Amino acid sequence: MSFDDWMLALHVLSAFAVVSGLILFWVLIVAVRRADTPEGTLRMGPVTVVAGAAIGIGLGGTIAFGVWLAFSVGGYDIWNGWIVAALVFWVVATALGQRANTAYMAGTKKAQELQAAGQTGPSAELLALNRTPKGLVLQFVVSIVVLLILIDMIWKPGA
Amino acid sequence: MSVIAAIRPDSWNFPLFLHVLGAMILVGGLLSGASTLGFARGDGRFLRLGYWSLLVISLPGWVLMRIGAGWISSKEGWDDVPEGLEPRWLSIGGFIADVGGLVLLVSLIVGGVGVYRLREGKGSGLLRATMILSLVLLVAYLVAVWAMSGKPD
Repeated sequence: MSFDDWMLALHVLSAFAVVSGLILFWVLIVAVRRADTPEGTLRMGPVTVVAGAAIGIGLGGTIAFGVWLAFSVGGYDIWNGWIVAALVFWVVATALGQRANTAYMAGTKKAQELQAAGQTGPSAELLALNRTPKGLVLQFVVSIVVLLILIDMIWKPGA
Repeated sequence: MSVIAAIRPDSWNFPLFLHVLGAMILVGGLLSGASTLGFARGDGRFLRLGYWSLLVISLPGWVLMRIGAGWISSKEGWDDVPEGLEPRWLSIGGFIADVGGLVLLVSLIVGGVGVYRLREGKGSGLLRATMILSLVLLVAYLVAVWAMSGKPD
C-alpha cells in the first residue's frame, strides 16, 4: 500500500466514524425523548461521550486526510467543484452539529441542576428540554448534509 | 487506484453508494449497540435499547451492504474471476462481510433470548455476550473498511 492508499483508507475510516457517531446520537435522541428524570437523562452521559468522540475524530480525520489527498493525488485539485462542495458541506455539518449538541446539552444541564438541588422525580421542564424540536431539526439537517457529502464523494460531479 | 476511481463508469456509482451506505449503517448500528449495552450496567431499558439498535440498524445495514456488494461486484466483473485469483482486498472484505453476517445473526438470536429473559430479571449475561460479539464485529468490519478502501496488494 502506498502512502496515499493509507491516507485514503484513513479518510474513509474517518467518514465511517462520523456516520457511526451520528447514528449513535440518533439512538440517544430517541431514548432521551422518554427521559423525564435527572437520573434517566444523565444516564446517557457516557454513551454521549462515545458518540461525540466518534464524530470529533471522524470530522478531524475526514478534513485532514481529505485535504492531503486533494493535494497529493494526481488528477484532483483542491479547487475542483466536488471537493469545494464537500468542504462547504463539511463546514455546514460541523457548525449545525455544534448547535444540535448545544440544544441537547440544555437538558443535561437542567438534569444536573435538578440533581444538585435534590430533585430526583419526574420534571415536565426537563422532558421538554430533552424533546427539543430545534435539536431534532438540526440533527436531521446534519444527517442530510452528511448524506450529501457521501453522494458527492461517490459521484464526484465534474471530475 | 485514484485514476481508476476518476474514470469509474457512472452506472457503478449507485451500487457503490448502496454498498458504502449499508456498511456505514451497519458499523453505526454496531457502535450504537455495543456502547449502549456496554454502559447499561444491568439497566433493563438500556439493555433493550442496545439490542434494538443492533436489530433495527445493524441488520438492515448488513443487508443493504451485501446487496450493494453483490451488485457492484457483478458490474466490475469480479464474479467472472476464478476463485483464488481475486485481489486480496476483495477476499478480505468478502470474507469478513459474510462471516460477520453469520456472527451478527448469532448475536441477535442470543440477544433476543436475553431480552425475552429480562422479563424474569435474567438475560443480562446473554446480552453481555451480544455486546462482546458486537465489539468483535465492529473491529472486524473496520478492518474490512480499511481493506476495501486502501486495497492492500
